[in-house]
Amino acid sequence: MKPFSYDAPADAATAVRTVAADPSAVFLAGGTNLLDHLKLGITRPARLVDVTNLTSTEITEHDGGLSIGAGVPNSDLAADPRVRSRYPALAESLLAGASGPLRNMATTGGNPLQRTRCVYFQDVTTPCNKRTPGSGCSAIGGYTRYHAILGASEHCVATHPSDLAVALAALDASVRVLGPHGERTIPFTELHRLPGDTPQRDTVLEHGELITAIDLPAPPAGRQRYRKVRDRASYAFALVSVAALLDVANETVRDARIAFGGVAHKPWRAWQAEDVLRGAPATDATFRAAAGAELAQARPLPGNEFKVPLLTRTLVSVLRELS
Amino acid sequence: MTAIGKPLVRRDGARKVTGAATYAYETPVDAPVFCHPVQATVARGRITAIHTAEAEVLDGVLDVITFRTAERLASTEDRELAVLQDREVAFRGQVIGLVIARTSEIARHAAELVFATYAETAHDTELSADRDDLYAPEKVNPAFPTDTGTGDVDAAMASAEVTVERTYRTAMYHNNPLEPHATTALWDNDSLTLWDSTQGVHPSRKAIAKVFGLPPERVRVVCPFVGGGFGSKGLPHANVVLAAMAARAHPGRPVKLALTRQQMFALAGYRTPTIQRMRLGATRDGRLTALGLDVVEQTSRIKEFAEQTAVPARMMYAAPNRGTTHRLAALDVPVPSWMRAPGECPGMFGPEVAMDELAYELGLDPIELRVRNEPGVDPESGRPFSSRHLVECLREGARRFGWDGRDPRPGVRREDGWLTGTGVAASVYPSSSRAGTTALVRFSGGRYAVEIGAADLGTGAWTVLPQIAADALDVPVEEVDVALGDTAYPVAAVAGGSMGTATWGSAIVEAARAFRDKFGRDPDDGDEADATTGDNPAREKYAMYAFGAQFAEARVHADTGEIRVPRLLGVFAAGRIVNPRTARSQFLGGMTMGLSMALHEDSVLDPRFGHVVNHDLAEYHIAVNADAPDVQAHWLDEEDPHVNALGVKGIGEIGIVGTAAAVANAVFHATGARIRDLPITLDKVLPALP
Repeated sequence: MKPFSYDAPADAATAVRTVAADPSAVFLAGGTNLLDHLKLGITRPARLVDVTNLTSTEITEHDGGLSIGAGVPNSDLAADPRVRSRYPALAESLLAGASGPLRNMATTGGNPLQRTRCVYFQDVTTPCNKRTPGSGCSAIGGYTRYHAILGASEHCVATHPSDLAVALAALDASVRVLGPHGERTIPFTELHRLPGDTPQRDTVLEHGELITAIDLPAPPAGRQRYRKVRDRASYAFALVSVAALLDVANETVRDARIAFGGVAHKPWRAWQAEDVLRGAPATDATFRAAAGAELAQARPLPGNEFKVPLLTRTLVSVLRELS
Repeated sequence: MTAIGKPLVRRDGARKVTGAATYAYETPVDAPVFCHPVQATVARGRITAIHTAEAEVLDGVLDVITFRTAERLASTEDRELAVLQDREVAFRGQVIGLVIARTSEIARHAAELVFATYAETAHDTELSADRDDLYAPEKVNPAFPTDTGTGDVDAAMASAEVTVERTYRTAMYHNNPLEPHATTALWDNDSLTLWDSTQGVHPSRKAIAKVFGLPPERVRVVCPFVGGGFGSKGLPHANVVLAAMAARAHPGRPVKLALTRQQMFALAGYRTPTIQRMRLGATRDGRLTALGLDVVEQTSRIKEFAEQTAVPARMMYAAPNRGTTHRLAALDVPVPSWMRAPGECPGMFGPEVAMDELAYELGLDPIELRVRNEPGVDPESGRPFSSRHLVECLREGARRFGWDGRDPRPGVRREDGWLTGTGVAASVYPSSSRAGTTALVRFSGGRYAVEIGAADLGTGAWTVLPQIAADALDVPVEEVDVALGDTAYPVAAVAGGSMGTATWGSAIVEAARAFRDKFGRDPDDGDEADATTGDNPAREKYAMYAFGAQFAEARVHADTGEIRVPRLLGVFAAGRIVNPRTARSQFLGGMTMGLSMALHEDSVLDPRFGHVVNHDLAEYHIAVNADAPDVQAHWLDEEDPHVNALGVKGIGEIGIVGTAAAVANAVFHATGARIRDLPITLDKVLPALP
C-alpha cells in the first residue's frame, strides 16, 4: 500500500479543517472498510485523519427519540436497551451485519459510508467506473449475484452493503454533519445517491464533511422488523433485505414504512409500496400489490433475476408476520 | 497399557492457542527481508515491456526480479514451478515479477508500482461438455486408468426396467487454509534452508532441489506446524520457488514470502469444476444392471492435473455393466491440484444423488437400494475387500439419525415456515500407505525419541505418533517424544491421501520392533535403530477402503428459499481409531467442508478476464459456525488385519466424501426440487417453492 501520514487531531473541527484542506486526506474511524481498501489499492490517500475519539460515543434521548454519536460501535448500539425495545428493526439490522469482531470495531457514523462490495470494484485489475470514472462497468455482463435491480445505471450496478443503513432509511433517521462551513442535517434517505453517470460518488457529502451523529425520531406506532436474506447464516451480505414498520388497526394498514437492502446503490426506501399499503386491508394480496408497485421499475441483470421474486416473497413474508 | 485408542489432548495444542508455535512466516531469523509477487493482469499473452524503475528507486526496495533478471532454473519441466523464466503469460494471476524490500509494506507498495504491457492473445477459460477439443489424459490422479469398461452399458441401459440418466455439476473450489502459503528462505554457505508451510518436508525438498539443480542434501526444509493445507500444500507451488530464488539472489539474508488470500486463488491450486454424465440402469426390484459415469473437467494449458473423479464409481456398487471415462479441457487457467479427497469427493456427488433419484423412481428406501447393490468383491478388480462395512454404517447411521419411519414423499413437511427433509449418501476413500518412509527410535536420558520427517498439518500427528510408538515399544506414552517436520529427520511420505498415520505409524512400529530386537527391554543411553516401510503384499490380494454413511437434515424456508442444515450425522468404518479426540475433529472437519461444498463454495471465474473474481473470504463463502450447528461423527469398531500392522485406515478425507450428496438429497426431500449443480443456493430452489 502507498505510504501515508497519520494525524490524530484533538477535536472534530480540526479534523474537518485538515481533511477539507487536503484532497488526498481521508477520515479514519473503525477502519473496517478503509483499511481493506488501502491494502487492495482501491484508495490511496496520503493522509489518514483519525476521528475515532472525536465524535460522541453516547446515545442520548431527545424529543422522544434518540441521538446516536457517530463513534458508537455497532455492537454497543445493537445492545442498547432503548434501541432494542423501541427500534427493534435497528437492533436486528445491526446484529445481521458482518461478524462480532467487525461489529465491535465498526461505528455508527462509518457504517453507512462503507463502499460497495462489488467484486470488480474490489479488484483493481478490472475496470470500474466507481473506482476509475470512465473505465467501464465490469459487473455488467459479469458476476451479478449481489448487484442492483433498482435505480442502477449503465455506468454502475453496484449495491450498497450496509444493513444498518436500510433500517435507518425506514426509521426516518437524519444525519448530522460537520463540514468546513459548519453543521447541517440531512434526511437519511437523502444521504446516499443513485449512480447515474457519477457512480464514484456514493453520498451527497462533500470532501471534508464528517458525520457526527445520527438522530432517530420517536419510534413510530406499530411493529417493526429487519429481515435479511443471505447465502449463509452469518457473515454474508444481503441478497435482499427488508426493513419494515407496519401499523395495523382493525385489519387495515394505518401506516407503513419500508426500505430494501441489497438491491440498489443506496438503501431503497419503498415509497410506492408504502402508498399501496396505507389504508388498505392487511392481506397477502395487498402485500403482493405493494411489492409489485415498487418492483415494477426493477431492471434485473442476467444472473440476478431471482431477486425480483425473492424480494417480493420476502416483503410479503415480513408484512404478514407484522400484521 | 495401550495408548492407542485414548483421547489424548494435542501435544501442540497449548503452544498453538498461546501463539508460541511458530509458523513458516514467523520463523525467528535475523534481519529478514520481505517479498511480494507481481501478477499478470491478462489471461494469455506475452509481456512486451515490464517497467520496474519506479519500484526500484523506492526507499527500502532491494531488488525487483523479472524474467529478464531471474536466474535460469536447472529444471523447467514443471511449468508451474518454472517462474520468471520467459515472457509468456499462461493465466491471469501468474507471477511476472517479485519485489524484495526491507518491510512487507514497502514490498507490497513497490509491487503495485511494477507495470507490464502485453501482446494479448485470445484466451479461453470456459469449461463445457460440448467443446470439440476435449481429450483423454494418459492417466488420472495419481495413476489410475483414464477409462474403464465391463460389459455393455449402452445395451444394458436400453433394456433396463428403470433408468436414471442425468448430468451433475460441481463447482470450482479453492482450499482456503487459515495459514496462507508462506515461506522463510535462507541461502547460506551453498545450502538452502526453507521454513515452509508444507504437508511434506521431504517431497518439498525433492521438488525444489530439482528445480534449482541442487543435491537434495543441500536443501533443508523445516515445518514444525502447519495452519491447514487440505492438499494445497502437498507439493510446492510457485511461491516456494520464488522465495528460494530470492534467497539465492541475496545470500545470507533471510527472506520471507507469504501469499495474500487473493493471490492464493491463482497460485495455490484448486479443485477443477466437474461435469458428470451419470447413467444408472436397474431392475424393478432395485438391482443395478448398468452404471456409467462420463466426467468432463479442466486443467491448465501449462501443466496437466487430471482429477480421478470417476474412480469411486468403479468400485462402489455391483453392476454387471459398468463404464467410466475422463475427458479434459486444457484452458488458460491456473493449475488445478489436490483438494481434500480429490476425485472421491466430487466423484461421489453425481453417483450418490443418482442413487437417490433411482430409489425415488423405484419407490425404494435409498438405504435399501444401496444394500441391494452391495458387492461381494471389488467390482473393479475382483479382489475381496480387506474389510467393508458400508451396510453397517448405513444401518447404524439410520438408527442414530432416526431414519426409520421416514415418509419418503418430497415437499410435504413444514415446521414454522420451513420445509424439512432428510437425505443419505455413502462415502468411500481408499486406504493407502506408501513404501519408503523411515522412522528412527533412540533411547536417551531414560526416554524414547522417535524421529521422522512427517508433517502435522493440523491433523494431530504430534499426538498420535507417540501413541503408536508407545504401544510398539510397550512403554507409557509419557516416556515418548517425537520429532517431526524437518528434513534433518528420516525421509517420510507426504501428509496426503489420508495415508499419513498409516504410513508413518507403520514405519514407527517397524523401527520399534527393530529397536527391541537389537537392544531388548533394557537399552543403553544412545542406542538407536531405524526401519523403513516396504510394500504391503496384502495389497495384491485385497481391495482396501474406508467406508461411511452421511445423513443430513435440510430446512428450506418456504418464503425465501434459504437453505439451512440443522443436522449432519456420519458413521464411519475406518479401521482402528488411534485417538478418538483428534479423529473426531478430522471427521467433523471433513463433514463441515462437505456441507460447505453443498451450500456455499463456488469460485466464480469470469471468462472475460479469466480469473476468479470472488477471491476473498467475504465473497468466497465457506460454511461458518452458524451454518453447522450440529455435526456428529461416529464410527464402528472395525478390525482390518490386512491394511497394515496397526489396522489403521486414513480418516482425513472420507468425511467430506458423500456429504454434499446427502445434503442435496435432503433438499430434494424437503422441497421436491432436485438440484444437480453445486452449490445448492436459494435461487435454485425458489421456483419450486409453494
